[in-house]
Amino acid sequence: MKDQSDMTTLYLAQSGQKFLIQKVKIKGDLKRRLLDLGFVPGSVVEVLKASPLGDPVSYRVAGTVIALRKEESQLLFGEVIQR
Amino acid sequence: MKEYTIALAGNPNTGKSTLFNALTGLKQHTGNWAGKTVTLASGYYRYKNIPLKIVDLPGTYSLFSNSEDEEVARDYIVFEKPDVTLLVLDATSLERSLNLALQVLEMTDQVLICLNLMDEAKKKGLKINAKQLSKNLGVPVIPISARNREGLDVLSDTLLKMCSGTIKTKPYKMKYREEIEAKIIKLEKELSEILGPDYPARWLAIRFLDGDSKLIAALKNKLASNGEGGGVHGSTTALGRSGGGHSC
Ligand SMILES: Nc1nc2c(ncn2[C@@H]2O[C@H](COP(=O)(O)OP(=O)(O)OP(=O)(O)O)[C@@H](O)[C@H]2O)c(=O)[nH]1
Ligand SMILES: [Mg+2]
Repeated sequence: MKDQSDMTTLYLAQSGQKFLIQKVKIKGDLKRRLLDLGFVPGSVVEVLKASPLGDPVSYRVAGTVIALRKEESQLLFGEVIQR
Repeated sequence: MKEYTIALAGNPNTGKSTLFNALTGLKQHTGNWAGKTVTLASGYYRYKNIPLKIVDLPGTYSLFSNSEDEEVARDYIVFEKPDVTLLVLDATSLERSLNLALQVLEMTDQVLICLNLMDEAKKKGLKINAKQLSKNLGVPVIPISARNREGLDVLSDTLLKMCSGTIKTKPYKMKYREEIEAKIIKLEKELSEILGPDYPARWLAIRFLDGDSKLIAALKNKLASNGEGGGVHGSTTALGRSGGGHSC
């Protein structure tokens, strides 16, 4: 198990990279919504591309493309993995 | 004549409306539900001369009621109690679909799962063991392709057998941590004493423990407007309800 200080956030992952989610650091309704969309610890998210202004960014998660805003992707902790 | 009600539930874009159209011969929009007003499209068809009413619910990723769509779908399943909730899953993305499937299995025993877009799944080289999935989830699992009208006979046949009680299901129920289970069981018992057998007491207990205040409000509302609510005390106002999709 990794210490949280070793983790980065999904927001910092670059397009084309795959990101392993380890911790969803949110409370309440927003957490539930992100979990329901498939951003669960253990899942691998592929960073697709940012919209022209850089936010939101689209991700492939559990087979579907979902766009997240910076405020959301900054709360998803984990690490970039090679595949 | 006996008429059964079947609700179509599932993630967005899994082909619910396509299936609805294929079964009823109607032309419900296939695409996303837009706007705030969520209408429940319903239509009829006959199978072996038995009339079946099909209700097309909005597609959702969850039924925890984060949105109006989810609330509509959830309330229909729990409070209108269709004879069968037909879960339409996308066979090409089962991982995503199973989140919703587990939630629905918690809400009602009368669930039939169909794996739609089997043609796509085959194209992608996916092999799905429907029998095993059915064993694990405790409900029938039928592979179909709504757009190509494949598997619809088996589906209708199974639907009818579930409606008439010939097929009994034993849905997989999530188990929680021991201390939570203890609380669920206690609350479940109290709730079923108050509400009678018509409400899914275990599911309600879990939602209560989660502090789902919107659901509690919806339940109160339902009880207030529902005279025949299985031994519920309190006043009975006959206002408001003009016998919706009630059958059986
Ligand atoms: N290949 C294939 N495509 C299908 C099948 N069933 C539906 N589709 C397509 O999937 C898309 C979505 O279908 P809909 O019926 O609108 O899906 P829905 O579940 O009603 O969507 P929402 O109402 O937004 O939740 C459409 O483009 C359909 O043509 C199928 O069996 N095979
Ligand atoms: Mg639809």
